[in-house]
Amino acid sequence: MDNVAPLVRAAYPRIAPLYRFQWEAAQNAYVLLFPEGMVQLNVAAGEILRRCDGKRSADEIIADLRAQFQSDAIDDDVVAFLRSATGDGWVEWRDAVTP
Amino acid sequence: MSALPAGAATVPMWMVAELTYRCPLHCAFCSNPVDFAKVQNELTTAEWLRVLGEARALGAVQLGLTGGEPLSRPDLEQIVAEAHRLGFYTNLITSGVGLNQTRMRALKDAGLDHVQLSFQDSTRELNDFLSSTRTFELKRRVATLIKDHGFPMVMNCVIHRLNIDHVDKIIDLALEIGAEYLELANTQFYGWADLNRAQLLPTRQQLAHSEAVVSAYRLRIGNRLKILHVISDLYETRPKRCMNGWGTTFMVIAPDGLVMPCHAARMLPGLNLPSVRDASLRDIWLDSPAFNRFRGDQWMPEPCRSCPEKARDLGGCRCQAFLLTGDIGATDPVCDKSPQHATVLEIVNAPLAPKAAIERPLLFRTPENSRQLLADALPP
Repeated sequence: MDNVAPLVRAAYPRIAPLYRFQWEAAQNAYVLLFPEGMVQLNVAAGEILRRCDGKRSADEIIADLRAQFQSDAIDDDVVAFLRSATGDGWVEWRDAVTP
Repeated sequence: MSALPAGAATVPMWMVAELTYRCPLHCAFCSNPVDFAKVQNELTTAEWLRVLGEARALGAVQLGLTGGEPLSRPDLEQIVAEAHRLGFYTNLITSGVGLNQTRMRALKDAGLDHVQLSFQDSTRELNDFLSSTRTFELKRRVATLIKDHGFPMVMNCVIHRLNIDHVDKIIDLALEIGAEYLELANTQFYGWADLNRAQLLPTRQQLAHSEAVVSAYRLRIGNRLKILHVISDLYETRPKRCMNGWGTTFMVIAPDGLVMPCHAARMLPGLNLPSVRDASLRDIWLDSPAFNRFRGDQWMPEPCRSCPEKARDLGGCRCQAFLLTGDIGATDPVCDKSPQHATVLEIVNAPLAPKAAIERPLLFRTPENSRQLLADALPP
């Protein structure tokens, strides 16, 4: 699976239309809403998905997160999360091969 | 914030608004109260809009709009628009009757997020028999309308003895109409379903067969359709949590403004359910005796009180406990540690000749039947 990572990183992820992503003050968390269901996101997942707007590539999102969290060791975690979010159907991709 | 008993969550994330008990369908498995005909004083539009605001301020985020048939309310679009403005994710739970092109467009414009459409079976004959209407073709047209307007769609089918052997065809129908999710909801025996339990409860063999069919389909169709298979816990030896825990996650608002911890709580004696007409939702959620009654574990009798598993199922379902033992504070008799577990075994193991299911007629959910049941319940 590791050889998939470069393909992901050139592409543009966005929240799939079946889902709605929003901040919930009462839960102090970002959530994903879908028919009759909700996922409460942890801080890392929220920060990644917040940037999945279809306008930034995965590479750009990773660079942005590196700057915000002042860490160079996050690439693998972000790629792994995006892969799993894609598998769950939360995220879809534009202009490139999906993972 | 007021102090809550240990174990209680503070955010009612799920709110179900039962906008009306009026319904063009008469399904024999309806979970509405059997005495619904006596409820006349529905909340006004203004009252619903106020309640939505109060719920959102408490942290409610998923909103189920149901009934009865929510499309029976001409102000549904107004209610959806306000819910959308407040940031709710709005789910319309409908039979499809009354959902024409004009209202579909208006609901889309109002910000509706999702439509759950019910079918009663995969065949016209049984769909129309179970709902006591001719609605099968109409539902198929409504499904097309829902997809044409770009809504995610959940197809819902309540499962019981009379349609459980059609589960494969029901899944085929969901695939054909393009649903994203299929809810195969085995009948929960409250309200009208409880009256018709003898005819509706499937046999263990039927249930096991349907589970095998669903598993095989899941392997074959993958993510194309997500199947939610909800099975009654009558066949288990441990009960399910009541609505993820009484007063922790859910609240249901009845057409006349009573606020309930679950759909069926209206029938529980001595609860004294609060109304949005007398108090704010915040006061009701945090401080009302009804919502605090079964929070935490202080209320629990034995065998729950000293049970190492009590945090898992929280004593089970209060409505099931009441219906099967007559005591709303009893251990759910689904648990095989309950001294009354034999009542559950009697129900699920009762042999029922196929003919018996047909010979005894179903009692359909109609205002006439509801009034008759009310009259029968009164002292002479």
